[in-house]
Amino acid sequence: MASVPVPADTPRGLLRRPTATTGFWSWFTTVDHKKIGLLYGFTAFLFLIVGGAEALLIRLQLARPESTLIDAGTYNELFTMHGLTMVFLVVMPLSAAFFNYLIPLMIGARDVAFPRLNAFSYWAFLAGGLVLYSSWLLGGAPNGGWFGYPPNSTTDLSPGMSFYSLGLAMAGIASTVSAINLAVTIINMRAPGMSLFRMPVFIWMGLVVQFLLAFSLPIITVALFQLLFDRELGTNFFNPAAGGSPLLWQHLFWLFGHPEVYILILPAFGIVSEVLPVFARKPLFGYQFVVFSGIAIGFIGFGVWAHHMYATGLGPVANTAFGLSTIIIAVPTGVKIFNWMGTLYKGDLRFTSAMLFAIGTVTMFVIGGLSGVTHSVVPADYQQTDTYYVVAHFHYVLFGGAIFGLFSGFFYWWPKMFGRLLDERLGKLHFWLMMIWFNLTFGPMHVLGLQGMPRRIPTYPEGYGFDLWNLVSTIGAFTIAASILVFMWNAIGSFRKAKDAPADPWDARTLEWATTSPPPPHNFDEVVTVHSLDELWHRKYAEDESGKVVPVQAGAAPEDQSHVGGHGIHLPGPSYYPLVAALGLPLVGYGVLYGWWLSIVGAVVLLAGLYGWAMEPGAEEA
Amino acid sequence: MTGKRTRLAVGLAAAAVALAACATNAPQDTLDPAGPYAEKIDALFKPVFWVATAVFLLVEGGILYILWRYRHRKGRERIPPQIHGNTRLEIAWTILPAVVLAGVAVPTVATIFDLAAEPPGNALNVTVRGHQWWWEFRYTDPEMQVGDNLPLVTANELVIPADRPVYLTLESAGSEFGNGLGRAVIHSFSPFRLAGKTDVIPGKTNHMTIQADEPGEYPGQCAELCGFSHGFMRFEVDALSPADFDAWVAGQKEEAAAPSGIAGDLIASTCAACHTIRGVSTAASTAPDLTHVASRDCLAGCIFPNTREELAAWLRDPPARKLGSFMPDYNLSEEEIEALVDYLETLE
Repeated sequence: MASVPVPADTPRGLLRRPTATTGFWSWFTTVDHKKIGLLYGFTAFLFLIVGGAEALLIRLQLARPESTLIDAGTYNELFTMHGLTMVFLVVMPLSAAFFNYLIPLMIGARDVAFPRLNAFSYWAFLAGGLVLYSSWLLGGAPNGGWFGYPPNSTTDLSPGMSFYSLGLAMAGIASTVSAINLAVTIINMRAPGMSLFRMPVFIWMGLVVQFLLAFSLPIITVALFQLLFDRELGTNFFNPAAGGSPLLWQHLFWLFGHPEVYILILPAFGIVSEVLPVFARKPLFGYQFVVFSGIAIGFIGFGVWAHHMYATGLGPVANTAFGLSTIIIAVPTGVKIFNWMGTLYKGDLRFTSAMLFAIGTVTMFVIGGLSGVTHSVVPADYQQTDTYYVVAHFHYVLFGGAIFGLFSGFFYWWPKMFGRLLDERLGKLHFWLMMIWFNLTFGPMHVLGLQGMPRRIPTYPEGYGFDLWNLVSTIGAFTIAASILVFMWNAIGSFRKAKDAPADPWDARTLEWATTSPPPPHNFDEVVTVHSLDELWHRKYAEDESGKVVPVQAGAAPEDQSHVGGHGIHLPGPSYYPLVAALGLPLVGYGVLYGWWLSIVGAVVLLAGLYGWAMEPGAEEA
Repeated sequence: MTGKRTRLAVGLAAAAVALAACATNAPQDTLDPAGPYAEKIDALFKPVFWVATAVFLLVEGGILYILWRYRHRKGRERIPPQIHGNTRLEIAWTILPAVVLAGVAVPTVATIFDLAAEPPGNALNVTVRGHQWWWEFRYTDPEMQVGDNLPLVTANELVIPADRPVYLTLESAGSEFGNGLGRAVIHSFSPFRLAGKTDVIPGKTNHMTIQADEPGEYPGQCAELCGFSHGFMRFEVDALSPADFDAWVAGQKEEAAAPSGIAGDLIASTCAACHTIRGVSTAASTAPDLTHVASRDCLAGCIFPNTREELAAWLRDPPARKLGSFMPDYNLSEEEIEALVDYLETLE
């Protein structure tokens, strides 16, 4: 940096630059990708508890036939918020947490490409989540389902679906910005020698997900604005009486909504593809096939959206086309499963908690994938759509696949993030409770759906054969909640002991384990040079003359000692402006509902944040 | 240890699936089709289910075997051979599933077009209108009309002849914001044992064909979230033998006898604003046609049996009996309720 040094306390722009990098207030101004990753993770976990509580209320209501515990209106709000929370405020931000924390570490970078933009993404996501949840206090939560089909969603008089539009639009801004940031990071900031095909599969899946986000979120954003305008400004995008089309929404929603499924599941696939090789002590089988199948899933994922709409009367030609594209997407998905099996084959399998959850992901996703294949059998879907069969299917994909995968990630990377190992006994208790009762919660829903129990009904009569399995499912849901408590106990327990995690507790294969646990703010003391896929493994093991894999002697001390301890490394400085800019968003949003003056105030705050941001250099000279 | 527990979990899941097959008293069971259109779906789903089960057993069994066979054993440090892949295997497990899936695709496409075909010429035509939150059925064939271009209209109970296809035209009723009645929203007509479901979409006309092989009652319900009372929007398909059906039609074509006394006054002053009782009142179809209400098995979106007690309870306070009902509480006296129930019970 050749600019003239300016002392750090000289006010520029609007606010004095914050200097603290530790302590409570530093979390509000941090631009460190690791801290932002932890913020994402912590916030998403809180939303997991809220969304889980909503699920428990739903299950409590459905435990017995003709239950009157929860009225129909509240029930509609509960399942809508459960779906929105789990998709937009739990699985997406948990994936973002892992991506934020790990992408720079795994590619040998010091931070993401745009650190302040990264902070803005987090605050915008939080704003979206809080705006969505503020609806409970401001006249009623969204009640039109997470899919929000108009005209029901546009003509309902409760304000809930306006909060839906605003909250999701803000979360969408957060994800779009973050997608571009992380894609640029992966493409431009890899360590010397890390060519694309030396990237860990988790990074590849991350790259595919960022592209899916960047291309699918604009679609839903447009649709959300149309929905908001129909509700608040009297436009007629979806009003058939004035020439609008309710089906237009469905096309837009699912053109986003199906890639979204892969946005939710591919991060878990990436985690599994890291965890299985480490605990099998073998490289991932068919690395290039796993990578290309992930890319193929990303592309084909944009061509299957109308399989959510077979019953809307698109006609036999369209239904055939989307049935076939849905069949085709099963092929690259199957390839991944077989490659994971190939990875385990002939390995030296150590069943740590992380490994168990990764195996859980694979075995449960097989079930979700197979029930997904039945959705390509279009006529069968005429029966199954909008029944509990579909609820069973996507919980096997998004809970059995995504959530199990994310828990695998928690157990695997916890020591890297916090310098402390989670307890393995509690981890296994957590796994087996969750594994068994997950199947008893969602397995019976296949049966209920095939027996003709529709979704989204607050209760059901006696004598339809729904009683037993609903009760089993409810007991299962509460036991899953207990397993989450075991995890929380485990997490709290890990902080009540001294830091015990070495840099590389699992004998792992990728670069994040080459630095300390937790890593220093600058990640690596010296810039890593990469020579191969599974770089860290190849630094530890080599083949001897007979082809047998043996440990190698630790390498010589690094020649360049000038950066040890982070001296002389310029890191981006903390900043207030991402938070300020993000604070403007909810004000702009509330203004749509409560008066345009508030939107103007919000816009001023947003612009002030952006102005200060633009005037502030990325990093201060030391 | 691991293998055993996993096997237990898998066993339990398999048992759940097996038990499903022998579920009894499931009147909406899609695995128990009762007519050719549902049977075509069932005949497609069941083989696919067994193929999927075979794949499930092979893959999960393979995973469990590998987990057991290659588990780490204490005290035996071993670095396994670093196998990076095998292109032939990759090609094999790309092509093999593709072939199996192609085998699934062929009958799927055939059935899609089969189900979308125009129904045979002898089909009965019925227009289904989805309201918030009840179903209206309009028999539009010329021989079913009750006047000049006036179709026979019923509610919540679709009476059809057995062993004859019924071609349904599906429309959503209601206005944009409802104006105190139902809003026009999306519903989904789901007669389970007689056919798959078809959405009922404002501004769009959809079609489906159903058929019941045997006389009987086939319950169904709305399957698309349609607002507050979505869970209470049921219906029943009543299949009658051809002779019984003809008798039913003849009975339904008759007009209602005029009410007198308290009931007559109430119907003229209040009920007639929304309800049609042919021969007594003619209203737009914003509420169920009551001409032959006593001939039906169920009330209010088929959530109550049609008994004196339920009818009286309904009239006492409709929104209390069915939350969200657009029929308000008219604060009727017990005497008025008694008179109305007496009259309605005569409308067979």
